[in-house]
Amino acid sequence: MAAAGQQADLLATPEVALTGEGATGEGGAPRGARSELLHFAIRNPKLVIGLSVVLAFLTLAIVGPWLTDATPFEFGYPLGEPPSKEHWLGTTSPGQDVYAQFVYGLRSSFIVGALAAAVAAVLGMAIGFVSGYLGGVVDEVLSMLTNIVLVIPTLAVLIIVSAYLSVGSLFSEAMLIGLTSWPWAARAIRAQTFSLGSRDFVSLARLSGQGTVKVIVREIAPNMSSYLFLTFILLFGGSVLTAATLDFLGLGPSQVMSLGLMMNNAVSNAALQLGMWWWFIPPGVGITAIVGGLYVMNVGLDEVFNPRLRRT
Amino acid sequence: MSPEPDRAAWTLHDFDGDPVTRYLARKSFLYLLTFFVAVTIDWAIPRLMPGNPIDGLISRIQADPTASEELHGYFTESFGLDQPLWQQYLNFWRGLLHGDLGPSIAYVGSRVSELIWAALPYTLALLVPAIVLSYIAGNRVGAMAARRKVLDNTALPVAYILTATPYVWLALVLAYFLAFKWGIFPVSGAYDFSIQPSWTWEFAKSFLAHWFLPFLTLFLVSFGGWAIGMRNLIIYELESEYTNYLQSLGAPSKLVRKYAYGNAVLPQMSGLALALGAVVGGALVTEIVFGYPGIGTLIITALQNRDYFLMQGLFLFIIVGVLIANFVVDILYVIVDPRTRAGIQGS
Repeated sequence: MAAAGQQADLLATPEVALTGEGATGEGGAPRGARSELLHFAIRNPKLVIGLSVVLAFLTLAIVGPWLTDATPFEFGYPLGEPPSKEHWLGTTSPGQDVYAQFVYGLRSSFIVGALAAAVAAVLGMAIGFVSGYLGGVVDEVLSMLTNIVLVIPTLAVLIIVSAYLSVGSLFSEAMLIGLTSWPWAARAIRAQTFSLGSRDFVSLARLSGQGTVKVIVREIAPNMSSYLFLTFILLFGGSVLTAATLDFLGLGPSQVMSLGLMMNNAVSNAALQLGMWWWFIPPGVGITAIVGGLYVMNVGLDEVFNPRLRRT
Repeated sequence: MSPEPDRAAWTLHDFDGDPVTRYLARKSFLYLLTFFVAVTIDWAIPRLMPGNPIDGLISRIQADPTASEELHGYFTESFGLDQPLWQQYLNFWRGLLHGDLGPSIAYVGSRVSELIWAALPYTLALLVPAIVLSYIAGNRVGAMAARRKVLDNTALPVAYILTATPYVWLALVLAYFLAFKWGIFPVSGAYDFSIQPSWTWEFAKSFLAHWFLPFLTLFLVSFGGWAIGMRNLIIYELESEYTNYLQSLGAPSKLVRKYAYGNAVLPQMSGLALALGAVVGGALVTEIVFGYPGIGTLIITALQNRDYFLMQGLFLFIIVGVLIANFVVDILYVIVDPRTRAGIQGS
C-alpha cells in the first residue's frame, strides 16, 4: 500500500477552484464554461494519457474474461509454462491460466477501488461538510475523530479486523477499506468548506432561511464539485493499492481472484526461485498502471479545472 | 513581519504558558486519546467479532497440551470471560501497563513482548533510513523539477510510476532480478545463516547486502511521493503574491526559490506525519517478500498460525510506534515553522 497519506499532497491546489465561478452556484457551470473546460481537457496531455491508460485497463477488465474459456481457479492446464499461443500469459505451477487470473483480478481491483472510494468519499464529505460549515463544538468533535482515525495506521487496523472477521467478499473488503480511508478526504473537504462558507452567496442562502443540509447540497457542494471529483480519484487509487496489500497478505476474499492474491500465490509457490516471471509481473503492472493512470489523470484534471495551473 | 506584533503575541500568550508547550501539549493529548481508542479497539475486536475466536482458541488449547497450562492462566487472568465486561476491560489495561501482551501461540514458550522487541531493530533499520533519505532526496529532486523543464518531463513521470507501485510488487521485481536472476544481492534473512551476529567486517558486509534491497524498495516508492508533492508545492509558491513582489523588487531568483522552498517544506512536513502509517505498512509487506526478520514477518507468522495475542500485541505496538514518530515530526515542525513558536497556529 503506497502513500495513502501522501495522497493529500497529490492535490496540488491548496485553494478550491470554483467550478464556473461567477455563476449563481446553483446549476453548475454555464454552457460557455463547460465547452471551455472540454477545450482544455482534450488538449491536456496528462489527462489524455492518464485517462487512456485507465480506460484501456477498464476495457480489458470488462472484455478480457470473455476472450478465454478458462476461469481463474480452474486447474488442469500445463504446469508452469511460459506465455504461449494457448495461454497468453502462461500457466501457474499447479496448472492454472495466468491470463484468466489477471483479467478477473483486474475486475476485482476496479470493483473494490470504486466501492471503497465511494464509501470513503461519502463519509469524508458528510464529516467534512458538516464540520466545516457548522464549526464550533461539532467541528471540534468531528475534527478530533478525524485526527484520531488519521493517525492510526490503516493497515494495522485492517490486518487485525480482517484477521478476526475473515473477509468473504469484495463488498466487505471494500467496506473495510472505505471505513478506514476517509480521514484525509474529510480534512481536505472541511478546509474547502470553511473557505467557501464565508462567501456572499452562502451567507445569502443562509439568511434566506435555508437549512444546513440544503445549503451544503445546493450551494457548497456544487461549487467544489471539481475538487470532490479529484478527491474521489485519489481515494480510488489508494483503495486499489490497499486492497492489493490486503490480498497479498491473504486477508482478502479467498474465493475471488484478485491481483494481490496472484502475487500471494506466486510467492508461496516459489515463482521467484523458479523464474516464473509471467506469474507475478502482470498483476503488479496492472495495479501500477491503474493507480498511476488515475494519479496522472488527476493532475491533468486539476490543471483543466484550475486556470492558474494551466501554465505548466 | 515587523517586530511589534510578534512581541505582542508573545506577551499576550505568556499568561497561558509558552506557545510551543501549549502546541505540544495539545498534540500529546490527541496522541494519548488515540492510544486510548486503539487499546479499546484492540480489546473490543476479539469480543465483538462473530464466530467467537476465543472459543476456537480454547478448543485449540485443549488439543495442544503443551500450551494449555500457560494459556489457561492468561485466559483466566486477562480475558477472564466469566467476569463482567468492565472488569475484563480494566484487566486488559492492567496487563498492558505491566508490559504484558500475553504468551505467543505460534512460538510456544515465548512472550509476545519478547518476540516484538527482538524483531523491532530490523524493522527500524529499514524504516528510519528509508523515510529520512527518501524525504530529503524527494524534496530535492521535486524542487529541481519545478524549475527545470527537462527534469520535469523526465523525473516526474518516473515519480508518478513509483508512487503508484505497490510496495509488494516492487519488492518482488527487485528480488527477482537483482537476487534470483543476476545474483547480485542475497535474499532471505537479515544476514548469512553461516555467520553469527558480531561486530566484524564480515558480518557488517553480510548485513548490508541483505538490508539493501528491502531498503531500496521502501526508498523508491516513498521517493516518488515526496518528489511530486514538492514539485507541486514549489510551483504553487512561485505563483504567489510574495514571489511576484520579490521579483518586482528585482530579487535574485535564487533568493526567491529559497523562500519558496522554505514555505513548501512546511506542508511536506505535515505530509510526513500522514505518510508514516503508509510507509510502515509498506515495510511490513516488503519484509515478508524478502524474508527479513522484522515486525512484518512476525505479522505473517501470527496470521498464518492464528496467533491472536501476537496479532493484538503487534497492532498496539505499531500504533504506539506511529504515535511516537508523529510526535517527533511535531517537534521538528516547531523547529522549522516560526509561526508555532510565535503562538500563531499554522494550518
